[in-house]
Amino acid sequence: MSGDSAYDAIAQEHTGDARWAFGTGFTAPLAGLPAGTGTAVPPDVPAGDLAVYCLMLGDDALVLAQRLIEWCTDAPELEEEVALANIALDLLGQARLLLTRAGQADGTGRDEDALAYFRDPGEFRNVRLAEAGNGDFGRTIARLLVFATWRLAVFTRLAGSADPVLAAIAAKGVNELAYHRDYAAQWTLRLGLGTDESHRRLTAGLAALRPLLGELFAVHPVEDRLAGHGAAVRPEEVYGEVAAVLEQVRTAAGLDQPILGTSASAPPPPPPPSAADSGRDGAHGAELVALLAEMQSVAREHPEATW
Amino acid sequence: MVSTTRTGPAGLARAREAAAAVRDPELPMLTLADLGVLRGVEADADGTVAVAITPTYSGCPALEAMRDDLVTALHAAGFRRVRVRTVLSPPWSSDWITAAGRRALAEHGISPPGPAPRRAAGPVPLTLLPTRTAARCPHCGSADTEEVSRFGATPCRALLRCRSCREPFEHVKEV
Repeated sequence: MSGDSAYDAIAQEHTGDARWAFGTGFTAPLAGLPAGTGTAVPPDVPAGDLAVYCLMLGDDALVLAQRLIEWCTDAPELEEEVALANIALDLLGQARLLLTRAGQADGTGRDEDALAYFRDPGEFRNVRLAEAGNGDFGRTIARLLVFATWRLAVFTRLAGSADPVLAAIAAKGVNELAYHRDYAAQWTLRLGLGTDESHRRLTAGLAALRPLLGELFAVHPVEDRLAGHGAAVRPEEVYGEVAAVLEQVRTAAGLDQPILGTSASAPPPPPPPSAADSGRDGAHGAELVALLAEMQSVAREHPEATW
Repeated sequence: MVSTTRTGPAGLARAREAAAAVRDPELPMLTLADLGVLRGVEADADGTVAVAITPTYSGCPALEAMRDDLVTALHAAGFRRVRVRTVLSPPWSSDWITAAGRRALAEHGISPPGPAPRRAAGPVPLTLLPTRTAARCPHCGSADTEEVSRFGATPCRALLRCRSCREPFEHVKEV
């Protein structure tokens, strides 16, 4: 039972292991599934590819969550600080589930903590859009708008994945991502229709991110193979839907340049990076190295810490 | 032997009662059953009480506390072997909050959710205007309320304001 006060809640007996400690003590979010009834990868889904795919989607969420919480104590208003932290928390939850699934599928038995804290930057598979620095609030909103729109379109389709665990994670994430996208879209309108300065900053933020957008729609060989088994989404399939949603927001916000192009003229997505520059294959910039150094430093210094 | 007896039909009913009475760590006016996160209490073949819970949101940090509180409550009720598992599918809906839970929320100044949106298959529609809310002010009962922020103190709550009495209040989001 929870106590009536925070003190009671802390003081009461807990029968679990050490709690709230760093890197240990948190039970895996997919914990307790009876063996063989929920965690087994379906026989016709290639487990190695599934593990990599879960890392891609999990790392996107983990890295962007870490970026968003950088706004704590720095956001323009308390409500926005709470909103950005809540969005980060949703993404962190999605990341925990996806990394746990990756560890189950790859056969190494690594848990979410091992994957989050003990992989080096070259082993991270997030798109580079997720790791780019926040910039100002305008650029942060621009990134969130594109990312949430893209991820929502992917997750809507992924809810029908041949991997039942991935399907369940995606179905749950859809509701969350719809809130994230609406939040970013409504701020896009406020900034776009606000002052000359807010309009200028939003436009500059979108322009700065543009070189990173092609990667969102480039089909990785792992995605291609898994899609053949009904387990993954080929991201090029969501381009039309994403472009249409962004165009709807863009026109409502009074922005001059299409973010991805209109669905009517359907221009191709920006060119994807070469394989050597793909975040999906571990190519990242110095910004991710710095982000991970901060995120991982305590866990690596005190790998068994509990308190 | 003992555990088998305890998880027989009468024992299982007691286990369900004990689990259903555990309160939510963030919304302590609600039991886990009221909130709709308690998805099942069963007895495994080996006599273990197996409790299934579902998170409201993927990142809900209260899940760990719920798990511990369930284990503690079931131990206190005499069940020594307890396992709590997380189920993700179907995803939690605010429609699962019971009538008793809705009353308890309102009595504690938190406006209960309206019906969850029914989405057709296909793309999720974009909302470009702040949501018009049907929530009633838990302080004065006015229906003239507006959303201040869709993100509140916990993932499941939004912040609203009453335009009649000017008081802010929390609202459990429809999902």
